[in-house]
Amino acid sequence: MVASFTALLKRDLLLAARRRGDWLNPLAFFVIVVTLFPLGVGPDSDLLREIAPGVIWVAALLATLLALDGLFRADFDDGSLEQLLLSPQPLSVLVLAKVLAHWLVTGLPLLCLSPLLAVIMQMPTRAFPALLASLMLGTLTLSLVGAIGAALTVGLRRGGVLLALLVLPLFIPVLIFGSSSVVAASTGFPIEAQLSLLGALFMLALVLAPVAISAALRISSE
Amino acid sequence: MQKSVLTDVLLHAQDLAVFRGEHCLFSGLGFGISAGEVLQLHGDNGSGKTSLIRALCTLLPIEQGRLSWRGVDLPAAQDQYFSEMSYAGHTEGIKGDLSVRENLQFFAALHAVETSNINAVIERVGLGSRADLACRSLSAGQRRRVTLARLQLSGAILWILDEPLTSLDVQGRALVEDMIVHHAADGGAVIFSTHQPLALEGCTVKSVAVGS
Repeated sequence: MVASFTALLKRDLLLAARRRGDWLNPLAFFVIVVTLFPLGVGPDSDLLREIAPGVIWVAALLATLLALDGLFRADFDDGSLEQLLLSPQPLSVLVLAKVLAHWLVTGLPLLCLSPLLAVIMQMPTRAFPALLASLMLGTLTLSLVGAIGAALTVGLRRGGVLLALLVLPLFIPVLIFGSSSVVAASTGFPIEAQLSLLGALFMLALVLAPVAISAALRISSE
Repeated sequence: MQKSVLTDVLLHAQDLAVFRGEHCLFSGLGFGISAGEVLQLHGDNGSGKTSLIRALCTLLPIEQGRLSWRGVDLPAAQDQYFSEMSYAGHTEGIKGDLSVRENLQFFAALHAVETSNINAVIERVGLGSRADLACRSLSAGQRRRVTLARLQLSGAILWILDEPLTSLDVQGRALVEDMIVHHAADGGAVIFSTHQPLALEGCTVKSVAVGS
């Protein structure tokens, strides 16, 4: 079971390394959206500082959503998904490997770039730990929850909009707690409550999402 | 008595019916396949051969009827069934960005089978000189041969093949025939659909007509 998990993780990372466009696009989107704000709003640093947590979090959420559509698409189109469904390994373990690989190539670079964008948005440095921690828990949760929607819509030719409609309501709690933790940190308030809630959401998604993703994939491949 | 149930019939289908939407493709279909047997599915285009094959792989839900593996009903026997069957469908299920060898290595890891004979298998399907090329650069027939290599590697008892001859040349066709004959002689079982007659010497070939 562990061997198949690592094999699938390695395969997806190898594929991502050979096909960079798939994961560079959402990342470029994230950077472009955030860097446009100082240009559009003007260099008023008070205003920028005030909207920075929200802007970075919304951009991260949309970038994740953009990347999600391709999560199972390639496997569905070339028949690899059928082979995964027919493997003797538990499907929920395999989908967890896929989601983890997806997060490593989309969520992790986004996380690494966020301090840079925070500087552009005039965010105070004391909010950086909160930004990183909340984005880490948040993007992991978004990837897990969003994968359910991606699995449900993978059989549809134009599933992008439907995917957004399906998963956005589930993304909202993550967005609220995520950006409010950064707001609290930049004004010097404690952030334990928001991070605990994000952690709880992540644990919940980690336990329940693989089961839901597996069921959705079986339905989609009928 | 218990033993004979275990060894006699591998896959048993009884009174199967498969629907696509509201439309019933076929109903009341039944057959059994034992070790050493080959079962060919006949039927016109659109008669439901692919749907039947996908239903046998549990990829399509069975609306009616029973399917059992070694005497145990599916999906209860699913874990054992999946470890003893291998499916090659219309879509190859291979990654264009990975080489032939990488594709097979991943499959072996997924099914927890030996990789020591991977070179021999690649050689056997005639891809020896292409083993480290990305599958994207292979022709349709060569990609089909990768799926044949996967079957060989799987060590599965039951092979389920949907149109295995698609885009294969004369040698490829002979290879498929040879593989099926050898697999049956080694105590395996094969279910396949094709429109072309296959020369399967020394095999018990059962035939099932799909559709009305």
